[in-house]
Amino acid sequence: MRHIISVLVNDQPRVLARVANLLGRRNFNIESISVGESEEPGLSRMVIVTSGDERTMEQVQKQLHKLIDVIKVQDLNEHAAVERELLLVTVGASSGTRMEINGIIEPFRASVVDVGPNSLMVQATGERSKLDALLDLLRPYGIKEVARTGVTALPRGATKGVAVHVGN
Amino acid sequence: MAQRLTMPVEEQKPTNQPQQEFTGSEILLRCLIEEGVEVVFGYPGGAVLPIYDSLYQGALKHLLARHEQGAVHAADGYARATGKPGVVIATSGPGATNLVTGMATAQMDSIPLVCITGNVAQNLIGTDAFQEADITGITMPITKHSYLVTDVKELPRVVKEAFHIASSGRPGPVLIDIPKDVSNARSTYRYPEQVHIRGYQPKTDPHPLQITRLHQAIAEAKKPLILAGGGVVTAGAEQELIAFAEKINAPVTTTLMGLGGFPGQHAHWVGMPGMHGTYAANHALLECDLLIGIGVRFDDRVTMGRLDKFATGAKIVHIDIDPAEIGKNVDTYIPIVGDVKKSLEEAVKEVPRARSDAWMGQVQQWYREKPLTFKDSEEMLKPQWVIRHLYETTGGDAVVTTDVGQHQMWVAQYFPFARPRSFITSGGLGTMGFGFPAAVGAQLAKPEATVISVTGDGGFQMTNQELAVVALTNIPVKVAVINNRCLGMVRQWQEVFHSKRYSEVDLADSPDFVKLAEAYGVKAWRATNKEEAKEAWKEALAHPGPAVVDFQVASEENVYPMVAPGSGLDEMIMGEGDE
Repeated sequence: MRHIISVLVNDQPRVLARVANLLGRRNFNIESISVGESEEPGLSRMVIVTSGDERTMEQVQKQLHKLIDVIKVQDLNEHAAVERELLLVTVGASSGTRMEINGIIEPFRASVVDVGPNSLMVQATGERSKLDALLDLLRPYGIKEVARTGVTALPRGATKGVAVHVGN
Repeated sequence: MAQRLTMPVEEQKPTNQPQQEFTGSEILLRCLIEEGVEVVFGYPGGAVLPIYDSLYQGALKHLLARHEQGAVHAADGYARATGKPGVVIATSGPGATNLVTGMATAQMDSIPLVCITGNVAQNLIGTDAFQEADITGITMPITKHSYLVTDVKELPRVVKEAFHIASSGRPGPVLIDIPKDVSNARSTYRYPEQVHIRGYQPKTDPHPLQITRLHQAIAEAKKPLILAGGGVVTAGAEQELIAFAEKINAPVTTTLMGLGGFPGQHAHWVGMPGMHGTYAANHALLECDLLIGIGVRFDDRVTMGRLDKFATGAKIVHIDIDPAEIGKNVDTYIPIVGDVKKSLEEAVKEVPRARSDAWMGQVQQWYREKPLTFKDSEEMLKPQWVIRHLYETTGGDAVVTTDVGQHQMWVAQYFPFARPRSFITSGGLGTMGFGFPAAVGAQLAKPEATVISVTGDGGFQMTNQELAVVALTNIPVKVAVINNRCLGMVRQWQEVFHSKRYSEVDLADSPDFVKLAEAYGVKAWRATNKEEAKEAWKEALAHPGPAVVDFQVASEENVYPMVAPGSGLDEMIMGEGDE
């Protein structure tokens, strides 16, 4: 099963290497890792998308906890969480297909962020499956380049110690 | 955080004077002394010139090994003999990479080490400079933690944290990599009194609810078994373990790392389990209804990786300081995360006695009636006989170190250790060449003890350059080379699993170990039969300095019992013989 693990780490040199190294040598899957600042100065939040059975997920969390630079580990599957990824895609576009492409991306709330003579760059955010679907629809027009950030996520409505679940 | 000046009183200036400054290497030295370090093991080189310059005045005892691997294993042996962190210093690049096997050995067996490496100056890092190696990167998977010190002001805190991390919780090796410009930089010096690391707070107290559940399980058990490991030795919990085992009325089996954590002479002890374990221990594992694992990690040499055949009828209790060990290899019915000593102290209080009299009788009967056996000989020297002779002549009072392989298993089988920290072996990584330098470190830690390095003709040749050290500094380690003129354990596997296709295991052209030892200035003997062996060993023990005895043993001897990889513990190949 796919899990999103949120890890609060010291903002230290090599901390990403420590985490990636651990996941690699313990033979855990990594679908994506994204890292950036957190709400607390000196700490970064790393969001790891991984998969495995219950025992594997327990081990992922416990082994991450053993790293000295790891402050907190949270399995977001245990919470209602918001999961987002940013996608940039350059897709082939002639004057004849631009309107069509606009029509495709509009329901995805994606936007055109750059226009070239024979191409468009589209920006979209959302859950992974939504971005996959968008890419599938754009594929017939010729995908030239894709860049994705990997998933980042936060639990819904949760402040420290209080978890209020709104909706799904 | 409360801090204090730790420099000598006469060096403290009045408050209106600028504080005295020290170089990074002087600060390092002061920190090590502050930590109570008695001896450091090491080897100098370019990037640690400032550090060795600060050692020049002799404020701290330094043992100059002949190879960095010898130094790190010696520091490891010191740590295993005392429980205190071993300290090793090596230079950048090749000096640092030569520590790698030693760090991995310590990591696998949870041994506290503080490994200090020099590195090139920070302006050269990343340029492939002369003798540059990314040692923090290289050792990430084999250290508990590592530091690259970028500012001399951080050095005292880093050293304080390194010792704390290495020796607390589940111990392990910690690396401090110090670029040369940091060693040379000047700063004032305060050694922190306390250490606070936000991401590192090992849980040492067991949960009371789980202790209650353990008591209930014991009360219901008819066939309890204690599986005790290296965690018992680390925690110094041998007395608590004896009390617990006697109170609940359970037999005890100790893993390779647990040997000595429970006395081999105790009526409850039934030997080591696993691949080369006793019939009693393995059958107790197969048939128990309550398995209490204490400071163990259910390694594949114990379970054989066949969980379908491992304690299948048992509720498994797992006591360990490392939460990640619980549930890693086996499903746990009662998890107890905590220091083994504290956990057993709590567990023994008002603990019920299991209804296990019949079971105790059964397991003890197995232990009596299915002993370890070998076919002794009057013509050839048998390795098992040699190990038993070492035991008998030292009254079990010695500290014994080994490498990995046949001689290691024979020591585990035929030398019933009475006390913790008397058996020093590379259990997890299985490092050839570990035992002899580890014996050097153990002997420095325990100058009065008889320290025996039982090694093989293969392993001894991996690190025997340290004979120079024991000769020059008169460290009275007794080396017992179990010389079968081949790589015995590999040969055994090739015999059993590869149709006797003996591929690259013949060491018959090894040097004459007696002459080799003598070349280093170490007294040595050779023995080819029992009489020679008795005489040589007697003289070696009586000799006040280091000694090497080359025991020329039968070369085709195998370690039995044996469970083939892929088989369950119920499929033991028993040895032949009458002893």
